[in-house]
Amino acid sequence: MATTSIGAQFAKPTPPNATDKRWKLVDATMRRLGHHPRALIESLHTVQETFGYLDEEALRYVAASLRVPLSKAYGVATFYHFFTLKPAGEHTCVVCMGTACYIKGAPQLLSSLKKELGVGPGQTTPDGQVSVLTARCLGSCGLAPAVVYDKDVAGKVTAQELRDRIAKWKPHVS
Amino acid sequence: MSPEELEQIAEEERERQAGFKHKVHVCVAAGCQSCQSDSVKSALEQELSKRDIPGGCQVKGVGCMGLCAEGPLVSTNRNVLYQKVGAQDSSAILDSLEGDPVANLVCPTDVPFFQSQKKIVLENSGNIDPERIEDYIAASGYTALMQVLTEMSPGQVIEEVSRSGLRGRGGAGYPTGLKWSTVAKASGERKYVICNADEGDPGAFMDRSVLESDPHRVLEGMLIGAYAVGASEGFIYVRAEYPLAIKRLRIAIKQAERLGILGNNICGTRFSFRIDLRLGAGAFVCGEETALISSVEGKRGTPRPRPPYPAQEGLFGEPTLINNVETYANIPPIIRFGGDWYAQIGTEKSKGTKVFALAGRVKNTGLVEVPMGITLRQIVYDIGGGIPDGKKYKAVQTGGPSGGCLPEEFLDMPVDYENLAKAGSIMGSGGMIVMDESSCMVDVAKYFMDFCMSESCGKCVPCRVGTYQMNRILESITRYEASEREVAELQELTDLLKNTSLCGLGQSAPNPVISTMRYFPEEYKAHVEEKNCPAGVCNGDHEEQP
Repeated sequence: MATTSIGAQFAKPTPPNATDKRWKLVDATMRRLGHHPRALIESLHTVQETFGYLDEEALRYVAASLRVPLSKAYGVATFYHFFTLKPAGEHTCVVCMGTACYIKGAPQLLSSLKKELGVGPGQTTPDGQVSVLTARCLGSCGLAPAVVYDKDVAGKVTAQELRDRIAKWKPHVS
Repeated sequence: MSPEELEQIAEEERERQAGFKHKVHVCVAAGCQSCQSDSVKSALEQELSKRDIPGGCQVKGVGCMGLCAEGPLVSTNRNVLYQKVGAQDSSAILDSLEGDPVANLVCPTDVPFFQSQKKIVLENSGNIDPERIEDYIAASGYTALMQVLTEMSPGQVIEEVSRSGLRGRGGAGYPTGLKWSTVAKASGERKYVICNADEGDPGAFMDRSVLESDPHRVLEGMLIGAYAVGASEGFIYVRAEYPLAIKRLRIAIKQAERLGILGNNICGTRFSFRIDLRLGAGAFVCGEETALISSVEGKRGTPRPRPPYPAQEGLFGEPTLINNVETYANIPPIIRFGGDWYAQIGTEKSKGTKVFALAGRVKNTGLVEVPMGITLRQIVYDIGGGIPDGKKYKAVQTGGPSGGCLPEEFLDMPVDYENLAKAGSIMGSGGMIVMDESSCMVDVAKYFMDFCMSESCGKCVPCRVGTYQMNRILESITRYEASEREVAELQELTDLLKNTSLCGLGQSAPNPVISTMRYFPEEYKAHVEEKNCPAGVCNGDHEEQP
């Protein structure tokens, strides 16, 4: 009887939304690593890559599938800066705050963004259009200061360029 | 795969390349890619398809050429280097293959930036296509592995590495041969090899460049290490922030598996080795080896006390060899040319070359590889071209948040592990940020302390609370609100953190504060007594310039 109850307790959980095919990608990662608790970080990477962020449902599902306590999964998700528990805006603007960028004017870029959009690092404009983020170091130090607009890295950015680029996103309100 | 088969692949590839009279190389590493070098490459390819160039011409994407500030960079096999190339320049470049180079794009290569470098780790960067294993093999790639597997015992490999005098390039400078022999001697059911590619120092991009430009070199170094210590499984722990490096590593691993260079019974021997990637998730502390191991195990990246060292008890409790990207990248040439050859380069205690990421207030920013023992002046003024805009040199920061700021009096000091430590900094992974008079050293110290504070994992109290307190005092100094007593408290805290923190992060977190207090006491004084920031950074008007 003991064995059946353990089996029942660890029955394979079902994805939060079975019709959403994206969960297949998450399942594939967990399967590749044998549903071992060790696979936690890799699985969370896949969730974030596929869905853009980690929500409670996803954390619950991954934790249950890997038999990791939810508290531990939440601990890992909040420990690492790369994981985000909130969805990002339509566009993201990542200002690199590495040493080279810092001494070449990244703080001024951030304050210019704050003036323009009214939001600081880690925040999204109320209309959900633009998220402002900072990066520890993009490794593009030769091009400092560097900014990533959505997925495009731009180097030697000036405050004017930054404003122009943001302005292009603005009228894009649907 | 046998040595003969490898030689055959190399021959075929060399023949294929000899079939082109002209070669045009476009940098497709991250630096130039962010200046749209991809579009330059496709424009060149498109232009090439339209014309018939006698003797043939090949357009190839290659790794980093070093001078990232002037990207996108394009080079030809007639030793011409073009800078800031745009897609519209493609026809002019192809027109001038036979004649004079395009004058307005030429970047002079007879300058110290190129002439004073000595390339070992970066020998293939800028020459080979990082996404083709054949290109690496044609450049003598994997011959060191073949030599090791067919002619050398694990003991002989370790002896060769020991003889080279190579020391860990991750920053601490532990002798690599000694580490390898400890892991080889340790007993365990299985052994693991880990490559630390979690380049977390802000201002450092050497490892990224090596991974993007020459990923097979790192795999080969790991394979040789695994053979030497008797491991059968390896992991590369790479930052998720480096998508291009991850993509190229994945391609490289697949290609090596296809040729039987990775997998079971490599080269017909009993040696088997597999490599898997693990993505970091943005935690600086994971550069510390025990924290990294914890992260590879899927847990929070918190360090644990050593001993036991990972060499005895590492990943999953088994003996584990952890080296940095650049350390592994040094291994193939050491095997190919011998430890004695490598030991001729550098200083008495620091052998070989070191790759530095030169950035900040310096003309030629980019990646440089120089022999150990070169002076800071040579790096900053000859190779780096000095400080732009007629400004005055103030300091060079090495070692990232664990390092220090070195003022003018150290410019003539030969760079090696011992000298940097004596001067109050560290070699670190090789970030070198030049600062001029427009930087405030108190502000720089605050910047690093803020970094360490938010990167502290929280496991031990001195680091968790100490970095917060130090940051608070530094903030109050930069707001001109600090008293003498608080400055004395700051000094006291530096000792506390240094001596009582659990891991390297906390122990070295005070270094930027210690070195700036030691070499720039007048700046602290100005903030506290005169309520003035000599560099004009802390005046509250942090606003943008017009």
